[in-house]
Amino acid sequence: MSTSTEQLERFLKREYVAGFETPIEADTLPKGLSEDIIRAISAKKGEPDWLLEWRLQAYRQWLKMTPPTWAHIHHPPIDFQDIVYYAAPKKKADGPKSLDEVDPELLRTYEKLGVPLHERARLAGVAVDAVFDSVSVATTFKEQLAAHGIIFCSFSEAVREHPELVRQYLGTVVPPGDNFYAALNSAVFSDGSFVYVPKGVKCPMELSTYFRINARDTGQFERTLIIADEGAQVSYLEGCTAPMRDENQLHAAVVELVALEGAKIKYSTVQNWYPGDENGVGGIYNFVTKRGECRGARSHISWTQVETGSAITWKYPSVILRGDESIGEFYSVALTNHYQQADTGTKMIHMGRNTRSTIISKGISAGHGSNTYRGMVRVTPKAVGARNYTQCDSLLIGDKCAAHTFPVIEARHPSAHIEHEATTSRIGEDQLFYAMQRGLSAEDAVSMIVSGFCKEVFKELPMEFAVEAQNLLGVSLEGSVG
Amino acid sequence: MLKIKDLHVSVEGRKILDGLDLEVPSGEVHAIMGPNGSGKSTLAQVLAGREGFEVSGAVEWDGVDLLSLPAEERARRGLFLAFQYPVEIPGVSNAYFLRSAVNAVRRYRGEKELDAMDFLKRVKAEMQTVGMSEEFLYRSVNEGFSGGEKKRNEVLQMALLEPKLAILDETDSGLDIDALRIVADGVNRLRSPERSMIVITHYQRLLDYIVPDRVHVLSRGRIVRSGDRELALELEKRGYGWLEEERRKEPRGVGQR
Repeated sequence: MSTSTEQLERFLKREYVAGFETPIEADTLPKGLSEDIIRAISAKKGEPDWLLEWRLQAYRQWLKMTPPTWAHIHHPPIDFQDIVYYAAPKKKADGPKSLDEVDPELLRTYEKLGVPLHERARLAGVAVDAVFDSVSVATTFKEQLAAHGIIFCSFSEAVREHPELVRQYLGTVVPPGDNFYAALNSAVFSDGSFVYVPKGVKCPMELSTYFRINARDTGQFERTLIIADEGAQVSYLEGCTAPMRDENQLHAAVVELVALEGAKIKYSTVQNWYPGDENGVGGIYNFVTKRGECRGARSHISWTQVETGSAITWKYPSVILRGDESIGEFYSVALTNHYQQADTGTKMIHMGRNTRSTIISKGISAGHGSNTYRGMVRVTPKAVGARNYTQCDSLLIGDKCAAHTFPVIEARHPSAHIEHEATTSRIGEDQLFYAMQRGLSAEDAVSMIVSGFCKEVFKELPMEFAVEAQNLLGVSLEGSVG
Repeated sequence: MLKIKDLHVSVEGRKILDGLDLEVPSGEVHAIMGPNGSGKSTLAQVLAGREGFEVSGAVEWDGVDLLSLPAEERARRGLFLAFQYPVEIPGVSNAYFLRSAVNAVRRYRGEKELDAMDFLKRVKAEMQTVGMSEEFLYRSVNEGFSGGEKKRNEVLQMALLEPKLAILDETDSGLDIDALRIVADGVNRLRSPERSMIVITHYQRLLDYIVPDRVHVLSRGRIVRSGDRELALELEKRGYGWLEEERRKEPRGVGQR
């Protein structure tokens, strides 16, 4: 192995800066899963009966299901009775009414993570919902958004304040029995964000949710539901971190997006859950179901994800293109370093007439990382004039990592037009030497080459986060340079 | 001043440089000529710090042990290699790459980094002199550049980085006569008393435009003949065969003479 390979490896070993733990007293339920636990979660949230019933039905379905085994990932079996399904920071009486009442320890946590919640230091023009373990601790800019008729709040609050909207849309894109982890989430989900943008309203600021896992042995099961009514537009971003621990922690979220006629939803993720250490010990198991439905004509859903964290990522943000002339997009950067495993991709289900979809997937593998793209493009028999373009590129750093691609194309209408391009390349010694001969350090050279590789995806991110994503990629790659 | 003494280089056990000696005083331009496979490009890469070679011998540059420095530090101290085959970096704009390089060097020298505006002003001026249009700033590094455009991009980088020692590895290969003249102009403009240059070439033609102070002939890993410009002209007439023949008569493995 040459020295530049060693340099790459040093570079890929870098510290996880979000790995601290907040010493805060938590209100937790005992470990394990049963109807009693579900009832307890529901009671803690003061939920209506229909929702409890909905949870219990999902739970009963889940009991009959087994974890999926088709993904290209390996992990010991998860003991679902050894997980805490609800943990919330202890608070006074009914929870904070305003930011002034939020525990300063929590505010400091978000501050440290670069997500300041208090009024003065907020990210300019970005409204934030902060979810800590199982509950939302703060949502900013609510009043300003309400002036436009936009609802942006925690899921629990939405259940209390807007039950008719929740009931109308919950589970209509991802049914409770959709898959093993979606069923689990439907049974035990705790909090997440809820967004409703009314007819014709263009949301004036970026909305974002910052998910933080803090408590030990706790799973996070958030549920997010975003509805863009006719002609509405919204851009939403989520970020995620967790402390460094030797045990694996489970995160099984469900995200549902509904775009009605002429609506547009742009959903961006910067996922930086703790990935485990360089020997593959610890880290988050991230089993997530994300799906959007272009329910109305000319609606548009766009997923952008930058996945740098988690020990295991299992995630396929998809779009059901039901409305005529609707558009689905998926832009993804997935990075696996050390012993991380990612099996990620998308499904584009073309049902309406003249629907279009674009898939741009960039997989980066370093260390012993394993990176799989799994995608499906399905054109149903009535989907006249469907078009898809897929581009799927893999970049390998070092010689111990792996990249796999499993594209599935099902075209049931002769007018379908589907293109698929795939490449695999290695960060060349030539490229590294060239950049270093110009005075760049190995780290900067790799960051630059990787950023170049991801450029088509980064340009889809909202400005404020593109820079963060780029930095994150640099951090995640530290110690990987060879 | 660059002093190379008894340089031996091999790759996977195969000897490429076999006791090479060479001195290049400050302010001089030396040409290294030689047939294919004589070790010219290897010499350039070893001097620039490319990994993957087994190297022994001594290389002193301005009083420091060059071989002990990593590639990026050699670059920051002012060693520049114009690549024979410039490398493509997709998705990274030429402007961004050039500015990062210039600022890496400036930081090392304790100079203020150039901001985007100052940098653009400088780079645009230099681009004009090497005959590159501004669109090349916004294209990915060397991606889709023609052979001539890549070489001009190398000369542009050299001009921006203002090296103390520039090594041009067959910068003339694949260039038509106009491009050759532009590249040579770029090099000649950089000639100065504190800057040394090593021009590696296969053909005498380049030396019509870049007139060297010394010409060295490399054959089978060693300098076998040194002289002035006349030597290049003689080589053009007689080829390399006669020198190769002389080299073959020497006992192997003796090293320097």
